[in-house]
Amino acid sequence: MAALYEEFTLCGLVQTQNASDSPIQGIERDGDSDHAVVTDSTRSVTLYKVSDQKPLGSWTVKQGQLLTCPAVFNFQTKEYVVVSDNKVIRVWKDEDLNLDKAFKATVTADVWRVHSAPGGEPVVLFQRGAVRFLDSLLSAPQQPIEDVLSEEEVIRWSTNIVAEEQHFVLFTTEQKGECCLYVQRLNPNTLQKYRLEREDSGASPLSFSASLRDKHLNLLYLYPNGCVYQSVVAARGYVGLEGVQALPRSLRLRLAVGEGELGAASAVALDEAHVAVVGVPHPSARTGKDFLCIWNTNFQTLQAGILRNWRKLFVPHGKALSVIPYDCQNHPSGRISIKCNCSQGNVKLGVNCVQPQPHQTGPVDEVQREVEALVSRGDAQDLQLSVGQLACHLVARSQAETAFYTPVALAQLVQTQFLCHSVCPGLLLLSLEHKDYFLCQLCLQLFPDIPEVVTCACLKTFISNEVLQTPYSDNFLLPHLKDLDTQQVILFLQYLQFVYLKYSQDVYTQTPGLRSPTMTQIIDWVCLLLDAHFTVLVMAPDAKGLLSNLQSFVKSQVKLFSELGKIESSLQELHKMKLSKDISQYSIEVIELF
Amino acid sequence: MGEFKVHRVRFFDYMPTAIRAMAFNAHTERLALARMDGSVEIFNFTDHYFQEKVIPGKDSRSIESLCWVGGRLFSAGLNGEIAEYDLENLRPKYSLEAYGGPIWTIISNTQGTQLAIGCEDGTVKLFEVLEEHIQFERNLDRQKGRIISLSWHPSGTHIAAGMMDMIRVFDVPTGHAVQRLLVDRGFGGSKSRETVVWSVAFLSDHTVVSGDSAGKVQVWDGHTGTLVKTHLVTKWDVLALSVSKDESSVVAGTSEGTVIQFQFIAPTLHQQQGKEWVRTRTFKNHTHDVRALAEIETAIVSGGMDTHLVVRPLLEKFDEKSHASGLRKIHFPHRNLVSCAKKVGLLLFQFPGQLELWRLGDSDGHGKPGDRLPLERMPEKLLLLKRKGEDHICCSALSSCGGWLAYSTVSCVRIYRLQTDNNNISITKVSKLPKALHSAHQLCFSSDSSKMFAASSQSSVLVIALTQSECKYVHTLKPKSGSRQPIHLMTTSVDGKWLAAANSDCEIHVYNLQKLKLHCIVPVYGSCPSAMGIHPTTNNLTVVHADQQVNTIISQLYLLQDWSRKLQKQGLHNVWLDRDTPVTHVTFNSKNPNQVVLHDMHMFCIIDQSLPLPDQKTQFYNQMTLRSLSEQERPSHLHAFKICKTFQDLLCVSLLDDQSLVVVERPLLAITSQLPAPVRQKKFAT
Repeated sequence: MAALYEEFTLCGLVQTQNASDSPIQGIERDGDSDHAVVTDSTRSVTLYKVSDQKPLGSWTVKQGQLLTCPAVFNFQTKEYVVVSDNKVIRVWKDEDLNLDKAFKATVTADVWRVHSAPGGEPVVLFQRGAVRFLDSLLSAPQQPIEDVLSEEEVIRWSTNIVAEEQHFVLFTTEQKGECCLYVQRLNPNTLQKYRLEREDSGASPLSFSASLRDKHLNLLYLYPNGCVYQSVVAARGYVGLEGVQALPRSLRLRLAVGEGELGAASAVALDEAHVAVVGVPHPSARTGKDFLCIWNTNFQTLQAGILRNWRKLFVPHGKALSVIPYDCQNHPSGRISIKCNCSQGNVKLGVNCVQPQPHQTGPVDEVQREVEALVSRGDAQDLQLSVGQLACHLVARSQAETAFYTPVALAQLVQTQFLCHSVCPGLLLLSLEHKDYFLCQLCLQLFPDIPEVVTCACLKTFISNEVLQTPYSDNFLLPHLKDLDTQQVILFLQYLQFVYLKYSQDVYTQTPGLRSPTMTQIIDWVCLLLDAHFTVLVMAPDAKGLLSNLQSFVKSQVKLFSELGKIESSLQELHKMKLSKDISQYSIEVIELF
Repeated sequence: MGEFKVHRVRFFDYMPTAIRAMAFNAHTERLALARMDGSVEIFNFTDHYFQEKVIPGKDSRSIESLCWVGGRLFSAGLNGEIAEYDLENLRPKYSLEAYGGPIWTIISNTQGTQLAIGCEDGTVKLFEVLEEHIQFERNLDRQKGRIISLSWHPSGTHIAAGMMDMIRVFDVPTGHAVQRLLVDRGFGGSKSRETVVWSVAFLSDHTVVSGDSAGKVQVWDGHTGTLVKTHLVTKWDVLALSVSKDESSVVAGTSEGTVIQFQFIAPTLHQQQGKEWVRTRTFKNHTHDVRALAEIETAIVSGGMDTHLVVRPLLEKFDEKSHASGLRKIHFPHRNLVSCAKKVGLLLFQFPGQLELWRLGDSDGHGKPGDRLPLERMPEKLLLLKRKGEDHICCSALSSCGGWLAYSTVSCVRIYRLQTDNNNISITKVSKLPKALHSAHQLCFSSDSSKMFAASSQSSVLVIALTQSECKYVHTLKPKSGSRQPIHLMTTSVDGKWLAAANSDCEIHVYNLQKLKLHCIVPVYGSCPSAMGIHPTTNNLTVVHADQQVNTIISQLYLLQDWSRKLQKQGLHNVWLDRDTPVTHVTFNSKNPNQVVLHDMHMFCIIDQSLPLPDQKTQFYNQMTLRSLSEQERPSHLHAFKICKTFQDLLCVSLLDDQSLVVVERPLLAITSQLPAPVRQKKFAT
């Protein structure tokens, strides 16, 4: 299941003259996921703190100069790297104020991109396909750069993947309608070229996205006709294979494009299950609307602009750069479809998952196994929703089928502490129905939000330490307490008196680990009960002894407290008293005068 | 400024004695105060209540009452003697036996021609005051029972006498008792006990006010001998009465430590007729018996068993809050009782009856500010030297090397040679002293211990040369001014060239010791010097006066030093001027010529003359603020007066040659704890 959170605007964008060009050249991450380095299409680089939506720093090159590749953060040296006017590499640090005074080096060939990823050295990809590590390039900027691509071949897209000591630079090229994928492995350096299958329409892919999964490089690409294909290249192997290989593909998704074609769109694989797609126009909506969809089994985003970064999607659209945090969970059960219109109404998202699960039909022990499997997975983020979901289903099924009740499974779910009363309102009542006091206790203990009416329902059935400790509000509890009958009230009062006396006698001998109500909690309950039933209790002959006991008890307590009140101020004085240092007849001390 | 190792000394068991009597001279504004040990102190109320003079006590002397006649001071006591004091030489001028048994009280008439004393044998004796002496004149009619208190009618014709259970009014010319006023006894169990009329006051309109041991203040009509009004003010005794000059107010001191004011006012507003004595205010500034009381123009001065003198200003007499309108408590003498041998870390404590010599402890440890260091060596009492004879010690001195010790009483001077090696100490009395050296007001040694200086009569200074074997008279330094006042401060320069001496006329004479000549008289400043010192390197003389002014004078030129000139121009900070105890010691930091160390009872201060002076807007006590500031911020907040209030009730603060401070504290609590339990001491005849 994937969830998108409310979007927020990171910064406004200045429209370029050419509306189809994005005013953003690139968004790269800084040292941590909360910082983004945004490079605009002309001259400036801005560092944002994403959660604060606040710029932390901005650097601009001189008028007349142009940034030709997005600034990246070098995770190893904590420096920023940008290329201006194709050939000038500039390196600077946070504290540098002026980009002009920062380090720069002019190289001999035009640079396409600088790529940087955590755990790897930044890599420079030249327009003619050559790849160099930034370090080695800067140590000899004037070194000759070879041409890898043929003359009319141009780079369309590139990326950089660093994983487990492997470092890849992937880029796609286009030449006369023919698309190729180049996989450059670094250390040792090998270059492999693949030819992409031609689409019938002859169109070139609108967007690429690559990821490394299970030692395979997955390339996802979207065509204007709405087809999303996936190709897989083994991360190892094929070394030494010469020449151009054909790249097999499989269709992952076909977006309903309708009559038209996608003008601009982008697809991004979020994980093996999800693809996010952003595009204009929306495949099923009116023209002119852009959209963001998350598809199960794949997850994609839009054109040059969708950037998937560290559980946040950066979407430049309209006049703003929006940040949409998302969560992506591999929960197989959901039949959930979340649709929401974002504030501007021009971003839509949907989540679709469909899969039948055993808990809907299976016998008790099978359900038990499923629950155990789920609980043992132990990914907190993941469990939160699935546990609630599963509990709801189980409760619903138990309510429907009288013979079906899974106390152990439910107890396990409660013990994950991801449940609360409002998530699964039927659970506590169900356990009461089945007289499953263990589960009841557990719920009372762990649920922070039990309504007063349910608390009272529990009271009617059984009395415990746990009920007294349930959070409540007097006003709401009182009417429900009135539902108790006299015998129950008397019993409960007797119980409270017993507990109070017990605790007041052995205040110091209480087992520390044991959950026990505090004195105040007990007294509060006594007061509430008496409030609710006083007139009835006064009339009831069997309550007489209890009431007079309570009265004398209160009397003695009042006396005790008034006495305590008397000594309180003196004790406070003692507390206030400065600890006078014991000054003897003689000492040698050190003082300091300023 | 830096860290200091501080020797915090609390083993000086200084114990002031109770105040027994006082007399205020409205003309000179001097308060004479007698203590139980027979010592008399003179306070100058025009000069910040500075304790100008101290006449040391004597074992056999007891003073029950003091009396001024013009500028002359008389006392009488239970030893049956009347004494007149020589206020220039600080000793009794003469004393004579009155032959009436113990004397309870002494008074003079307003004209200052006669003295009257009340004796144990029931007589009131009149003495004629002559130029240089007094002479017995006659007895008034002898009564049965002792005369405890006396008061002379302002006209001089009548005397009221407080006795046991009664008050007598005498007609002075005839000597007959003309009235007998019977004083009731107390209630209950005390009914069987005689009532002692501790104090009487005879007012111009022939009203007699009495205070007695039954706790009553009574108002009588002296003409008719009838009781007008009784105020029962305490369960215990009313011990003292004092009448204001305009006779509109009477204050009474009780055994409970309270002072109760009565005022002669009309009971209702805007009514001039029918005035009566109404109890108005109660002051409680004492824990024990208030034995001595004086209502002066603007304040009530009181003292008693709890040993401190209290000046309680009457706030209605002041238009605005000022220095003079603050309550003043004087606990410690305004002079040094501690001498410090800076080179060797020895302390000499002066008690009336003995001297104690202590060696300071030692610690090798280092610590950060606020730490108490582990003691390597405990302090050690090396010597307890008891005086000979009846006269109490009036001054003492210890040489800075610790090799010489001297003290003086009014009758003799003694010099001792001290030798300390490791744990042995030997003391040798210097046997043959020059004849000229028979008594000294002040003693001090030159810094190389080769000479001793003794302040003698008429502001002269005797120079005595000290050698291993003998001590020899060298010279007498005499002031040109011809002042007859005693020297109360004396200090020498480290290089041995200069000696400065200050007397009660506020004169400071600087002598050149090489030429044995008067070098100069420092321009007289209106307030008495309370402490002074000569700078070890510049030889500038720093003087602190009773009004808290600090002056530094360039020795050679006797001009004010630049810093001091600047200080005078800018004025001292009000917080500094408002302090209510005088600076009693000035010392210098030999390592840093800019630093002067001063102290009074409640603080010590290091003045750094290199730093800017604080103006009135500056926070004066700024050590806490500075502590909280960062290293960079601090310099902009610094000013010259660095004040430390960590140590309280200070008797001495000195800087040893090893740069460590010695702080001698005598906590008031420790003094209080040695007093008898409060509320009423059994006293003769009660």
